[in-house]
Amino acid sequence: MVWWRDQKFRAIALQLLAASAFIGLILWLTGNTAANLAKRGLTVGFDFLGRAARFPISESILSYSPTDHFWWAYTVGLGNTLFITVIVALTATVLGLMLAILRREDNPLAQGAGTTYVEFFRNTPLVVQLLFWYALVTVGLPSIDAPLNPLPGVYLTERGLYLPAISLNGLDMPVRAKFNFEGGLNLSPEFVAMYLGLSLYAAAFIGEIIRGGLEAVSKGQTEAALALGLAPKQALNLVLIPQALRIIIPPMTSQYINILKNSTLALVVGYPDISFVTATTINQTGQALEGIFILMLVFFTISIVTSVAMNIYNSRVALKVR
Amino acid sequence: MRRRGLAIIGVVGALAACSPAPKPVNDAAPAGKAGSTLATVQKHGYVSCGASQANAGFSLPDDKGYWRGLDIDMCRAVAAAVLGDQDKARFVPLTGQQRLTALQTGEIDLLPRTTTWTMARDANGVNFTFPNYYDYTGFMVRAATGATKPADIKGASVCVQTGSITEVIFADVSWRQKLDLKPVIFDNVSATRQAFFSGRCDALITDASSLYSVRATQSKNPDDYVIFAANDEANPLTPAVRHGDDQWFDIVKWVFQAQITAEYLGITRDNVDEMLKSEDPAIRRLLGVEPGYGKALGLREDWAYQIIKQVGNYGEVYDRNVGKDSKLKIDRGLNRLQRDGGLMVPLPFS
Repeated sequence: MVWWRDQKFRAIALQLLAASAFIGLILWLTGNTAANLAKRGLTVGFDFLGRAARFPISESILSYSPTDHFWWAYTVGLGNTLFITVIVALTATVLGLMLAILRREDNPLAQGAGTTYVEFFRNTPLVVQLLFWYALVTVGLPSIDAPLNPLPGVYLTERGLYLPAISLNGLDMPVRAKFNFEGGLNLSPEFVAMYLGLSLYAAAFIGEIIRGGLEAVSKGQTEAALALGLAPKQALNLVLIPQALRIIIPPMTSQYINILKNSTLALVVGYPDISFVTATTINQTGQALEGIFILMLVFFTISIVTSVAMNIYNSRVALKVR
Repeated sequence: MRRRGLAIIGVVGALAACSPAPKPVNDAAPAGKAGSTLATVQKHGYVSCGASQANAGFSLPDDKGYWRGLDIDMCRAVAAAVLGDQDKARFVPLTGQQRLTALQTGEIDLLPRTTTWTMARDANGVNFTFPNYYDYTGFMVRAATGATKPADIKGASVCVQTGSITEVIFADVSWRQKLDLKPVIFDNVSATRQAFFSGRCDALITDASSLYSVRATQSKNPDDYVIFAANDEANPLTPAVRHGDDQWFDIVKWVFQAQITAEYLGITRDNVDEMLKSEDPAIRRLLGVEPGYGKALGLREDWAYQIIKQVGNYGEVYDRNVGKDSKLKIDRGLNRLQRDGGLMVPLPFS
C-alpha cells in the first residue's frame, strides 16, 4: 500500500496538521498582540501590582486606603465579591425554600403569590431590577436631614441604613456630624440595592429548582410516609427533602456560581466588587490584558472550587447503588 | 513514516512562526500623505473636528443644531483661516475613549475636545498645540453648607466618576488633608450627577469646567451651588493634531496664537475692518496688510483677518461661550492673557 493511503498515517497526520494550525494561530495572535502593544508603547507584565493604587474604594469589609498596592485593591474587591455572594446565596436559599413550599400549598392564594413572584423576578433583566432597587433606595427614602428614626439609634435615609454597632466599649451609636452620621454601622444604598436585587432574583430560580426537586420525588413516597404514621412535617423533612436533595444539588451548584458571576453587575449601582476594581485598575494603569486575566483567573478559581465542593457533597447524598 | 510526519509539522510550524512578522511601526496615519492634511482639507472643502457628546460651553449643538462652544470655535477659527469660511467645519461627536484613535486614524483633522495634555498621550502619536483652556479639578457643593474650600467638607460624601484622573485626585486630597471624605463611585456620568442632585452625596468632584456646565444646565437654581478648587494643579486642555504633519501642526498653533495676539492688540470682531488701516506694524503683520506671514504657513494673507472677523479674538470667544456673556459665567482666571496675570502668552508675530 502506498504510504499516504494508510489510514493510520492519515489519521495521525490530520491530527498533527490541526494541532499545528491551532498552535500557529495562537502564535500569530500572541505575536500580533505583542507587536500592537509595542506600537502603542504599552508594556506587558504584572509589575504594576506592587505600585500604589491611589484610587478610592467606597466601602469594603477588608480595610483599604488609597496608599495601598494594586494587589491589595484586588484582594479588597475580591473580599467584597465573596461577602456579597455568600450572604446572597444564604438568603436566596432560605427564600427559595419558602417559595417552593408556598407553590406546593393547596391554598390558591399562596400558590398564586408564589407563581407571580417567580414569573415577575425570573422574566425581567437583573440589571433593570438592580437599577430599580437602587432608585427606590436613593430616591424613595428621606434625605439625611429628615431621617426615619423608627428605633433609638436606627436611622433610615437615602444614604442607607445607620445602626448601632456593638463594640468593646458597649454600644457604638451613630451620631449626626455636619454632613453624615458618624460611628455605628452603615449599610450603604449601593450595598442594599445589590443585596436585595441579587437575593430576590436568585430566590426565584432557586425556588423553582427546589420545587422541581420536590415534585420529582414520587407521590407514593409521601403517601407511604403518611401511611406509616409520620406527621406531614416529618414526612417532608425525613422522606421528601432527603430524596429531593439528590436532584436539587447539581442545578443549585450552577445557581450559586451564577450568583457569583451576577455580582459583577455591581458596576451599575456603584458597589465596589472585584470587577469594579479591575475596571478602575485598567483605566489607571492601561494594563487591560493583565487586569482581565486576573479577573478571569479569580472567577475561574472560585467557580471550580464551588463546583468541586458541591460535587463532593452531591456524591455523599447521592443514592448509593451497590 | 513518522519522520515524514514530523517534517510536515516542522514546515507548518515554521510557516506559522513567520506569519506574525511585526509590520514596521508607522503612526503617521494615512500612509504616503504625510504633510498633506492641508491639501486634504482644501480638497474636501471642510475641516473635520472631534467634538464632545454633550458639554455645554465647550461643544454642544444649540436648539437649531448649530454647534457652539469654546472648542467648536477653535475648529471654526481653523476653517476660517484655511478655507475662508468658519462654517466649513464638520463635527464628529466622540467619547473619551474614541477621540485619540479617531485623530490618529485620520477620521478627524483636529481634536479640540477638552483633552488634557499629558506626556503619555503626547508620546503616543499626537501633537499638542497650545492649551486653549486651563482647567482645574473642583468640588461642587450646596451653597447652604457654607463650604468654600476642601477643608470645609470634612466627613462629606462625595460623588466620583470612575475612569479618569479625578478619582486619584480625590483620594490624594482626602488623604493629604485628612478630610475622611466618603466616596460614592459610579461608572457613568449621568448616574454620578443624578446621585449628587438627589442628595446621595454632599459634593460632586470633576473638572471645574464640567461642574460649571452642569450647574448652569442641570440645576434648578444655579445659585444654590458653589464650586471651588480641589487642589492647586492646573489641567491644560489642549487641541491636538496627529504626528507626522508639521505644516498642519504649525497652522493650528498659529490660528490659536492669532486669536490671543488679536486680544493683546485690542483687535475685535467689530473693529477689525478699521484696524486694517492701522499704522501699527504688529497689527499690519497680523492682519496680512504687510504680506508674507500667511504664505509662510501655506495660507492666504488674510487668514488671521478672517479668523477675527468671523470668530473673534480669544477674549470674545471665551466670554461668549464660557465667560461673563454665557450661562456658565466662569471667571477668566488662568485663562487671562499673561499681561493680565493669566497663562495665555502671545508669541512674537514676526
